[in-house]
Amino acid sequence: MKHADKRKIAVILAAVTLLAVVPVIALKGVEFGGSDDAGSQVVEEIEEGYEPWFTPVLETMIGGEIPGEVESLMFCIQTGIGVGIIAFLMGRFVERKKWENGGN
Amino acid sequence: MTKRQKKLFIVSIVCAAVFGIAPNANAMHIMEGYLPLGFCIAWGAVSLPFLVKGFFSIQKKLQENRKNITILAMSGAFIFVISSLKIPSVTGSCSHMTGTGLGAILFGPSAVSILGIIVLIFQAVLLAHGGLTTLGANTFSMAIAGPFLSYGIYKICRKCKVNRRAGVFLAAAFGDLFTYCITSVQLALAYPAKEGMIVSAGKFLGVFAPTQLPLGIIEGCLTVVIMITLENYAQPELRNAGYLE
Repeated sequence: MKHADKRKIAVILAAVTLLAVVPVIALKGVEFGGSDDAGSQVVEEIEEGYEPWFTPVLETMIGGEIPGEVESLMFCIQTGIGVGIIAFLMGRFVERKKWENGGN
Repeated sequence: MTKRQKKLFIVSIVCAAVFGIAPNANAMHIMEGYLPLGFCIAWGAVSLPFLVKGFFSIQKKLQENRKNITILAMSGAFIFVISSLKIPSVTGSCSHMTGTGLGAILFGPSAVSILGIIVLIFQAVLLAHGGLTTLGANTFSMAIAGPFLSYGIYKICRKCKVNRRAGVFLAAAFGDLFTYCITSVQLALAYPAKEGMIVSAGKFLGVFAPTQLPLGIIEGCLTVVIMITLENYAQPELRNAGYLE
């Protein structure tokens, strides 16, 4: 990879990290709930006493909300599948380029 | 492998069709049961043609060149990763990004609708995040409207000779924001406030927009990072996809 590109990537990733971490440090004692939930609250604000007419299939099956730990497990699985595919293909691309450039 | 993948795509289409006709309406991440039945069906129906077109466009891309499968899978995986990361934002709530910009730039917006709906079904079924009833509406906002805007912005940037990577950044960032704008409108259509739909849309947008703004920027950055990497290591594939001349 070109040197300039490497540097660019490092700078961009640092910026991304800052963008994600600064709010947590700057806003102390804030809950950091999901914005999807916030959306549901607005619905209830506009239409008082709104009850969702359908509950998620999985929640119906286990008869309640999905436990937080299990939910984070599922999110990790999702991330893992994605990262796995990207890493596998990226590895192949990188190796291929090496071979094309004369085996080193 | 390809046969299996084809089967997978067909299954996802069938799912879309079934849910489009059965109780169904799913906007980006409108929660399960939060859209009235009529809207569920309507959004499902609106999304359907895009999904069918997306299916054929993917099929065509793969027939043109079997090797396209690698970066197609990568675009899909990128959506998987990006949309699973809940990131804290300046407003004190968390949200996640869409990741659809990459696929839209490489393969065009309709192909992304298929990749997007796979992720949405995964989240709706296994995570109780979004929902099956709101799948149509969520598909429309995340897998159709956002990618179309991304694609448009990228094309305009190329026409105007804007730096390629700047174009990628803008496309991904605005595609992300636009997804949440559409979600707001979808919710507002279903829940107009007494003062009218516009006020209601403003209210929903007020919840989503400030949270999503920094995340849009992050999404733009990450899309540029993966694009830089691909430009370095996957030039033949990018040429096939028409990204590089």
